[in-house]
This record gives sequence, structure tokens and C-alpha cells, in this order.
Amino acid sequence: MTRLNVSDLSVRRHARSVLRDVSFSVEAGEFIGLIGPNGAGKTTLMRAVLGLLDHEGASSVAALPREERAKAVAWMPQAREIAWPVAVETVVMLGRTPHLSSIQQASDADHAAVETALAEMDLLHLRHRAATQLSGGEQARVLIARALAQQTDLVMADEPIAGLDPAHQISTMQTFASLANKGVSSIVSLHDLGLAVRHCTRLLLLGEGGLVADGVPHEVLTPERLARIFGVSAFYQSTDQGPVYQSLEVTR
Amino acid sequence: MTRLAGGLSLGVVLLAVASLLVGPAGIGPGESLSALIRGDGGPLTLVMREIRMPRALLAIMIGASLGLAGAAMQGYLRNPLAEPGLIGVSGSAALGAVLAIHTGLAASFALALPLAALTGALGAVALVMALAGPRGTSLTLILAGIAVSALAAAFTSLVLNLSPNPFAANEIVFWMMGSLADRSMLHVWLALPFMLLGAFLLARLGRGLDALTLGEDAAQAMGIDLPRLRLMLIVGTACVVGSGTAVAGAIGFVGLVVPHILRPFVGAQPSRLLWASALGGAIMVLAADVAVREILPARDLKLGVLTALVGAPLFLHLILKLRQERI
Amino acid sequence: MSVSQHPFEVMLCRLLLSLGLAIGPGVAFSEAPGRVVSMNLCTDQLAMMLAAPGQLHSVTYLAIDPRASAMAEEAEAYQINRGLAEEIYLMQPDLVIAGAFSTQATVAMLKRLGIPVVVFDPAQSLEDVRDRVMQMGDVLDRQAAARALLDEFDARLNALRAEVAERPRAVLYYANGYTSGDQSLAGQILAVAGFSNVAVEAGFNAGDTLPMEVLVMTDPDLAITSRPYPGASRAEAILDHPAVTAFRAGRRSAGMTDRDWVCGTPYVLRAIEALSTVRDDLTGAPQ
Repeated sequence: MTRLNVSDLSVRRHARSVLRDVSFSVEAGEFIGLIGPNGAGKTTLMRAVLGLLDHEGASSVAALPREERAKAVAWMPQAREIAWPVAVETVVMLGRTPHLSSIQQASDADHAAVETALAEMDLLHLRHRAATQLSGGEQARVLIARALAQQTDLVMADEPIAGLDPAHQISTMQTFASLANKGVSSIVSLHDLGLAVRHCTRLLLLGEGGLVADGVPHEVLTPERLARIFGVSAFYQSTDQGPVYQSLEVTR
Repeated sequence: MTRLAGGLSLGVVLLAVASLLVGPAGIGPGESLSALIRGDGGPLTLVMREIRMPRALLAIMIGASLGLAGAAMQGYLRNPLAEPGLIGVSGSAALGAVLAIHTGLAASFALALPLAALTGALGAVALVMALAGPRGTSLTLILAGIAVSALAAAFTSLVLNLSPNPFAANEIVFWMMGSLADRSMLHVWLALPFMLLGAFLLARLGRGLDALTLGEDAAQAMGIDLPRLRLMLIVGTACVVGSGTAVAGAIGFVGLVVPHILRPFVGAQPSRLLWASALGGAIMVLAADVAVREILPARDLKLGVLTALVGAPLFLHLILKLRQERI
Repeated sequence: MSVSQHPFEVMLCRLLLSLGLAIGPGVAFSEAPGRVVSMNLCTDQLAMMLAAPGQLHSVTYLAIDPRASAMAEEAEAYQINRGLAEEIYLMQPDLVIAGAFSTQATVAMLKRLGIPVVVFDPAQSLEDVRDRVMQMGDVLDRQAAARALLDEFDARLNALRAEVAERPRAVLYYANGYTSGDQSLAGQILAVAGFSNVAVEAGFNAGDTLPMEVLVMTDPDLAITSRPYPGASRAEAILDHPAVTAFRAGRRSAGMTDRDWVCGTPYVLRAIEALSTVRDDLTGAPQ
């Protein structure tokens, strides 16, 4: 079942074109890495797809009414804002907002979703701590847990693993991958190409004002594209421990 | 949680009773309460029902609505320094009220006075929100507040000085500092409709304010209609602050002090802070009103003096604490 | 002050005069001031009553307000001043008469500019009224007129002064909730008219605010309140408070007009007269 359909999406800012004619669709169970150099428009694309930004073209999610949209997609923005010193549990429970009415009494299903999310992100021992007192990495995990608790068919996250230690980076990527196995698709933007090739089922490469490539990692990250779009040369090979990618030199 | 609700409610009831029993007439508690309830038509009943009861009722109404508005505003702007008095809403409401009274508009139909104050408040809230932008950084907020407050105070003073009535010029103290002295049931009825409307609008913001903890983007993506939330906040605050100021003058700092004190008790959750601040605000204004009558009964000490004595040092403390983080 | 042969004393006198020091009551000028400006409502009226034709040049804007002044019509004949140093200086007065509550800065400025200023204290009793009349007579060098006025005043006062068996209770209640005790002009007017002042019973004096609750509990026979000015004010709104209206509904009330009550002039007799009529009414005594 198609989770998302984007056709000819274009975004302009101050009469300058940021993205031009981006089209792709997302099926169930895909774990998509959104990659590209700084300024390529990764955040812009995701916000436009969600309907948070003015755009031309069509996005199936943006076309939904607001409340449907919230139950279809979970969005984790790049600015990891937690305004008040609320407990970790409370932050994760916020993920249930689309499912709660104004009266806001959490049901058993809501509590169960929160429990699962906390366990998934290794936060059970921190559940009563004030979220603002945690380290940056721990806060990132809390916010991912919130997105998970929303229990949507599609999750979109803007650089969710930035600032996490290696163990938590890998386990977070594994969480998204396991979600894919259960039919939940994710679009995750990231800079760590090494993790992207090891865990993502598909890569979307943004650059030069549009969508440059869309496919499996080893088809997208050709040396020519690495040099042209990223300006680097890299070591990229399949080993018996899985694909390994490491950027080596700056080419321009 | 319910312990907090119970404790605060009890506080309101006790202070309300205290407010009914305090006064210069020197009547004993048993006598006064029975006069209030039974109403034998004598001077005692007149004192209790026409002088003390409206005073206590107004203290509860105004305190609750100021606490509620403060909590709502802080929740929306994600800034603990936001408060209707500080950002000039009360001052603008006072200007609206003064204009209505001294142009004779207030005499033309009953609800003209609170409506005029409401309009003044509406203008101020909208202006400050527009100036402060979506993520009301403290600096912009405070600066906008200073500008709006100063303008409102200047115009209020001007209107009062232009009045043909020789007593009018001295009223500025009442309007700027607030007082519940000699209020009547008429004032209660004037303020009540808009307070109820405003409180209703503000109380429904809980879910949205909780979601805003994660920022505007995340909240919108979770299905919160932000423009509608902002509109309800503006109108609700204007209703509540406008009607309160129209009958009692500008009482500041309640919306700052009460949410700040109660925030740790509700786990910093904005939706819970709303009703807790309403109860806490009622307690604060009732307490201040009782204190004003006990401390210097012969002088007409203004409510705003006491709330400022408590609130201004707290405000300074908050600024110092936040200096590293936000500003 | 007799002119001395000693040149030093003469010089000193002239020096003192030209510096325009404030002169206390009882000191006469060597000649009557020819151009007098009054900058206080009460001194306006006293001056108008006693000045020689052409002697008084200007009175304040309050003097032509019929609410505040008992001599509003007479005052139209004079120049009006707003109590500001600049305009008064430009009138080139020989003498300025001010009240104790006139703006200090203005009075000080006039003195610095070399204009003689005499300050009158407000009258707090009927004795004070007599003293002020005498003082005005001295200042304007119109002692004869002052004595004539006083004779008339004493005669009317004696006629009005009542030996009463019954003293009905009255309360004075003005804007801002103010009341007046015995040690005030209003209190004295009340006493001479044959009333007993409820505020004094309750322990309040002049200038004190009478709390509304105490007002309601005092239950006097007569409530005397001020008449409101045009425009609205919170201070006067207190008189429309439901508790006060209810309080006044059940009893006799009288209005106090600023023009007869506030200034220590012989017009206080009009106030006493009006109140005496009310008292006779209340006690059912023959007129």
C-alpha cells in the first residue's frame, strides 16, 4: 500500500527555486535515507511533503486534512525543542496527541504505545527524569520515541541520529529497519553515508536543485555522483560484514 | 494531581471566607456570615451583600482569569516571562476603559465599559504577538511590552488630565495599580460574561499547548491548528484581562508569579498548569486583597502594590536565571 | 513701620521690601497695594468682598465656576488667571495673595521675581473665618470694610447659632469617601447648625476616608454628600455605589455645595442656614 506519493513537487523561496520537480513514491516497509550536501534542500523537501511549507506540485500527505495527516505521518523536526522540563514519559505520550480528544484521557492503548516506544529506544530507566536535563543524545532518543509512539504508517525524521554515540546511532537505524519489517515506512535524512548504506533499503539523493538519484544504495552512490554532488572520493565496497562506506578525500 | 487540585480549591474557599470576614466595620464572624446568608435587610446585610461579597467574588474571578491567561500565554510563547500585565495588555485595557468612561460611552449601554476595555486589550495582545513573532524570544517580547505599556499609560494619563472633572487626574493610580475597594455587584455582572467567555476559550487550549512543547513544526504535524489556537488565545486573553481591568484596574504579575510557582507541581505540563494557575491566581488575589485591608486599613493601599512587591523581584530572578539560555 | 532718620535702617527696609519676603498677618503696608492678584479660590472671594474699586485686578478660573465659587457672577468682572507664575508676573501686580496649598514652585518663583506674596492658611473653624477676614482687611489696607463685614457676620451667626436640646446625627460623605470631623470647617458648620457628627463618634477626623462599611453601619438621621462635577470620575462614582444609594434611600439627605462649604468666607453662613432648616424639619421644631 502506498504510504506516500509525491509528484512534481517544487519549492521556491524568494523567487529562487530551491527544489524542482521532485517525484517519488513510498510503499509499505521501505526504509529510505534522504541524503545530499548541505543546502540541497532535504529539510525543505520533507516540510513541503508534510504540507508545512508552500509548494507547487502534489504530495498525497499534504493533501490530507490536518487530523488525518497526523495519524498518517509522524514528523521529527531537526530543531529538537523541548520547551518545558516535563518527564520523558510525558514527552513520549505527546506522540499520542492525534489519537486523543480535547478531554485528553489516555487509554490503555495509549499507554501501551508509550511503553513500546520507551522500550524500543532504551529509555525505560529514564522515564521519570525531566527531559530537559538529559544529554543531547538522550533527548534525541526521547523525541524519536515520541515519533514511534504516534504509531503511524510513515515516519519522517530530520537528522535523528546527529549527536548520538555510535552504539545508539546503529541501534536507532536498526529500529527504523525493524519498523520497515513491520510495514511502517520511514524517510530519514542523514549525513552519515556509511550508516545509510548499511541500513537503508533505498536512497534518495538530492542535489543541484532537484532529485538526482533514487534507488538502492550501490546504484545511487556511484563514484561519479560522489564527486559531482558531494565533492568527495570514497571507499565503498561490499564486504563479508556487509557494505562499508568511508569518504576519503575532497575532490574539489 | 488531585491532591494539588484539592489543596488549591481548599485554599480558595478558606481565603474567600477570610475575605468576607475582613473589613473596617468590625463585625464578628458569626454575625457577618448569618447576615450574608439570611439577609434581614438591615445595615449588616447591606455591608455583607453589597460591599464584601462583590469584593470577594471579583477577587476570585479576576485572580483566576489572570492566572489562566498567564499560563496560556506562557504555554503558547514557550516563555516563562510572558504575562498579560507585563506585555501591556492590562495597561491597554485600562486605556480602553478610561476612554469609555470619560467620553461618556460607558453610560450609553451597560456592557460598553468591558467591551471598550476588551478592545484595548485585543489591540495590545495582537500587536505584541505580531511583534514578538512565532517563537516569542524574551527580548522582543519584553521590548514590545515596554513600548505598548508606555504608550497605553501615556494616553490614559492624557485622557484623565483632559477630563472636566477635578478628581479625574488622580485616578491614574487606580487604573495603573488596581484596587477592589468599594466594588459592587454591578461590577461583578459587568465582568462576568466576558470572563466566562474568555475562560472557556483559554481552557480549551490545553491539548495544543502541550503539543507546542515540541515546537511549532512538530505540533502542526501532530494535527494542531496553530492559527486557530493563536486566535483563541488572543481573544480569550483579551476578554479576560479586559473585563477584569475594566472593573478593578490593571493588576499585574499574577499571571507571572502563579504559573511559575505551580509549574513544578504539575510536572511542567502546560495543560495541567492552566487550571492550577486559575486556582492559584484566585488564591493570590484573594490573599492580596485581605492583606491590603489588614496591613494599612486607613490608607487605600492598592492591590497592584502588593502583587508588584511579590512579582517584580521574581521577575528579576527569572531574567537572571534565563539569561544564559534564552535571551 | 515708621520712617527712620537712620540711613541704614531705611536701606534695610527697602532691601527687605524689594526682596519681597512673605509678610505675616498683622503687618500693614505703608500704602495700600494698587494692583492685587489673587491665586487661590478662597482668597479670590475674600478679596472681591473687601477690595476697593480697581484694587483687585485678577482672580483664578475657579472663581467663575458657579459650582466652586459663591461669587461666580462678580468674578466675571476681573481678569482670570490660572495660577501660573509667568502670566501673573506679566500682570505687574503690587501684591499676590496665595493659599497655603498653592503650588509651592509658583509661589517661590514669584518671590524670586521680586513680587510680594502673602500666603493665607485655610480656615478650619468659624473663628478662622473671622481671622481671615481681618487679615484680608489688613493686607488690602481696607480695615474699615473688613470690620463692617465682620459685624454683619457676627450678627447673622448669633441669630443662627442654636441652643438645641436635640442634636440629630449627621454624616458627611464626599467623593473618595472622605469625611470631616469636628476640627474642620465643614464639621463646625454641622455643629453650629445643631447636628452631631457621626464620624467623630466613630473616631474619624477631617481628611480621613470613611470606609463604606462604617458609613452603612452608622445609621445617622441625615446624610450630607457632595454634588458631582461634570464628567465622570471614580472618586465620585463611590456615591452611586448600591450600598450608598440604599443607605441614602431610607433617610433624609442634603447636598453640600462646594461654593458654600469649602472656603472660609462669610458664605458659610448660607450653608449653616440651609442645614438649620433641615434640622428644624427633622426635629419638627417651629421655623
